[in-house]
Amino acid sequence: MVTTLDKVDVVTVGVGWTGGIVAAECAKEGLKVVGLERGRERGTEDFAIVHDEYRYAVRYELMQDLSKETITFRNRRDQKALPMRQMGSFLLGEGLGGSGTHWNGQNWRFLPYDFQIKTMTDEKYGANKLPPEYTIQDWGITYDELEPYFDRFEKTAGISGEDKNPFAGKRSSDYPTPPMKKTPILKKFESATTNLGYSPFMMPSANLSEAYENPDGQQINACQYCGFCERFGCEYGAKTSPEITVVPTAKDTGNYEIKFNSNVVEIMKEGDRVTGVRYFDTVTFEEFIQPAEVVVLTSYMLNNAKLLMVSEIGEMYDPETGRGTLGKNYGYQILPGASGFFDEKMNVFMGAGALGMTIDDFNGDNFDHSDLDFIHGASLSITQTGNRPILTNPIPPDTPSWGADFKKASIENYLKSLSIGGQGASMPHRDNYLSLDSTYKDIYGVPLLQMTYNFTDQDRAMHKYVSERAAEIMQEMGAKTVVGGSPISDYDIVPYQTTHNTGGTIMGAEPETSVVNNYLQHWDMENLFVVGAGNFAHNGGYNPTGTVGALAYRCAEGIINYSKNGGSLV
Amino acid sequence: MAKETKNYSRRDFLKTSGIATGALIGGGIIGGLIGANSNNNNASSNAPAPSGEQHGEGSAGGVRGLMFFKNDAEFQILANATERIFPEDDLGPGAIGLGVPYFIDKQLAGAYGENSKEYMQGPFEEGQTTQGYQSRLKRNEMFRQGLQLMQQEAQSRFETDFVELEGEQMDEILTAFQEDEIEMKGVSALFFFKLLRMATLEGAYADPIYSGNEGMEGWKMKGFPGHQASYINQIESEEYVEIEPKSLGMQH
Repeated sequence: MVTTLDKVDVVTVGVGWTGGIVAAECAKEGLKVVGLERGRERGTEDFAIVHDEYRYAVRYELMQDLSKETITFRNRRDQKALPMRQMGSFLLGEGLGGSGTHWNGQNWRFLPYDFQIKTMTDEKYGANKLPPEYTIQDWGITYDELEPYFDRFEKTAGISGEDKNPFAGKRSSDYPTPPMKKTPILKKFESATTNLGYSPFMMPSANLSEAYENPDGQQINACQYCGFCERFGCEYGAKTSPEITVVPTAKDTGNYEIKFNSNVVEIMKEGDRVTGVRYFDTVTFEEFIQPAEVVVLTSYMLNNAKLLMVSEIGEMYDPETGRGTLGKNYGYQILPGASGFFDEKMNVFMGAGALGMTIDDFNGDNFDHSDLDFIHGASLSITQTGNRPILTNPIPPDTPSWGADFKKASIENYLKSLSIGGQGASMPHRDNYLSLDSTYKDIYGVPLLQMTYNFTDQDRAMHKYVSERAAEIMQEMGAKTVVGGSPISDYDIVPYQTTHNTGGTIMGAEPETSVVNNYLQHWDMENLFVVGAGNFAHNGGYNPTGTVGALAYRCAEGIINYSKNGGSLV
Repeated sequence: MAKETKNYSRRDFLKTSGIATGALIGGGIIGGLIGANSNNNNASSNAPAPSGEQHGEGSAGGVRGLMFFKNDAEFQILANATERIFPEDDLGPGAIGLGVPYFIDKQLAGAYGENSKEYMQGPFEEGQTTQGYQSRLKRNEMFRQGLQLMQQEAQSRFETDFVELEGEQMDEILTAFQEDEIEMKGVSALFFFKLLRMATLEGAYADPIYSGNEGMEGWKMKGFPGHQASYINQIESEEYVEIEPKSLGMQH
C-alpha cells in the first residue's frame, strides 16, 4: 500500500550541497520545499570523537551501506558487469550533507577552457586532435555566464584563497577569506615550482582560515589544522558543509522540511510532466508518494542517473550508434603525481583537507599541446591533509610489503615522505557510459546502475606526461629518492582513487546531445531538474565541488523562474 | 586512578595462551624478542590495560578474551602470522606485543567479519581482478580457512605445527599465500594475504579503543600523536614537533 502525501512546490531527492542550495534558495522565495534524504540526520555535535582513522577512514563510517545498494561494473562492453561488493575506488556518501560532510574542502572553479573545450580545441589544434571516439563537447554555458554562481557559492562557503593563479578565469570579487597558513611543507613546493618557472598559489579552501559569517547569516568557524578532514566530519564547524550553512538557512525560512530515512526509488510522471516521487521509509519499508510541482534530483551523480533510467525519462545512450544521451560521457579523474623521500622529519600528521599549494601550468590548455598526443591536463598540488598511520606506509621502491624490512622502512619514512598529486581531467569516450544492470538489484527490487569504464590512450598519455612534471618538481624540492606515478593501464575499482565521478546526465545546448539544458532543466520534462557532477560533459583538472555548487545556484534560479513563469528556461 | 601497567610482551602472550615458551625458543621469531618489550611502557597511559594481566586485577578493563575464535590453536596461528608481518624489533613491539591478534579477533566477530555493510547478494560469479571481490565468503570464514591452510602447509612442508616453525619457515608459507600458490576455496590466497596484512596494520595503528596498538606503542614508534584537538599553534614550525600521543579513550 502506498500513501500519497500532500503536494509541495519542490521536492529534492537527497540533501547534500545541491539539495541544500536548491532548498535554501527556493524556500527563501516562499516555495514549500521537502528534502528526501535516505540517510540520517547528523551535525557538528556528532563529530566530537571523529579523530578515529580506523572507524572513519578505513571502515567508512560516513559512507553508504552497500548491502542495500551498490552499482555493477565492467571495463568493457564484452565483459559481464559484476557488483561492486565492497567500497574501493570511490566512496559514496550517505546522510545529511552527503559527500559535502566528508569532503576535503578543495574548492575550484573549472577553467574557461573546460566549458568550451570542443570549440577551443578545434580552433587551436584542428578538428582531429583527438580521434572521433572521444565525445568531447561544449557545456552549453560559458565560464563568464557561470561566474556569478561561482562567486555566490564561494561566498556561501566562505572560501579561503588568494587570487594569484594566472590561468584562472576572471573573478568578480576576491576570496571571502584570506588563504590558510603557508606551512614549511608548502613552502618547499612554492620555492621548487618558482625555481622551475611555474606559478604556485594557495589552494582555495573550505577549511576556513578565519571565522566567517556568510551572506545568509550562517557562522563558519576557523580551522584548527587537526588533520582529519577527508572521510571525516568537522568537530569545529570549520569545514564548510551543507549542514552548517544552506540546510539551516533553508530551515530558518519555515518553508523547508527534511524527511530522513527516505529512499526514493522512482520519479512519477504523466505525459510530459513529472508529478512527484515514490520513496520507501528505510526503517519501516512503508511506501510513500510525495507529489510536487517541481522535482529536483540532488543525490550523487550515479543515483541521479539511475533514477532517470528506472523511471524511463529520456533516451538511453547507445554506444553502438552514439544515439541517446542518458548515461553518456561518464568520466572519472586521472591522478598523475610523484612521491619523494626526504632526510628530515616533517609534521605530516598536522594539516587540513585543503591545506595546499597548486600550480596550473599543466592544466587545461594552459600549455601547448601541439606536439602532445592528448589534450587538457591536471592541476598539480602539494597538500598537507594530515597523514594517518594505518593508511600511510610509504616505502622506497624494492622494499618488501611486509616483515622486518617493511616495518622499519614504513616507520622511518612516515614522517619523511611527501607527495605531489594531480587532479587530472578525464575526457569522455564512446565506450565509457552508465546504464542499468539486467541481473543485480538493490533491496527495494530496483535494478542496480551499471558502469562501463576504462582508462583511454588519452588518459594514459596525459598521466605519463604530468607525472614526469611532478617528479621534476619533487626532485627540485630536494627529495633524495623520487618515485613518479606508475603508468596506468586498466581502471581497477578496488584501490581508492577519487570520489570525483562525473557525467551521465550531462548539460548542453541541445536535447540531441545532452540530458539537461544550462539551467539543469530536463529537456523532455520541464518541471524536472537534475543537478550535480553528472552534468559535467567531461571532468576537468580539479576537484568538482566548486563547479557543482555553482551549477546548484544556477539550477535554483531556474526553478524559481520556472515556478513563476513555467515553460522551458532556454 | 592510575594503575601500574605491565607491558604485554610476547612471553606473556605465550604464557597466557597456553603455549609452552620453551618449545618455541628455537623459533626464529623468538630469538632476542623476549624481554625486549618489558620496560618501555609509558606510565601516563590510560589506554586499555594490557591483556597479559589476567591474574588478580579483576577490573573489567583489564581482562581480554576471544570473541570470534573458539580454538586457541587457531588463534596462535593468527598471532604468529601477524607477528611475521609486523615483527618486534629495536623500534618497538610487533603485532603480538601490540595486541593485534585480539584486535583481529574482535573485528572478525563484528561487522567487518560479517561483511555487514557490503553487497552480498547473488549470483556470485568470478570476474576480472579489476572488478574486485566477488565471493560469497565472509571475512571471518576466509580467515578461518586461511589459518587452517597455514597449518596444513606447515604439516606438509615441515611436518610440524605452524606455531612450531622457525620464522623463515613461516615466511615461506606466508610468501606462498602472497604469491597465490596456495589453493583456497572461494577466494584467492593473495586476496586473503592482503587482507591479513592490512588487518595487521590496522591493529598496530588503530586507536587503542579497538584493543590493538597497545599502550599506543604503534603510534609512538611511528611518531603519530593520535587524537589531538588542534595543531594551529604548531603547524608553522620549521622543526618536527614531538607530541605525546593521546587516545580517544582518554577523554572520558
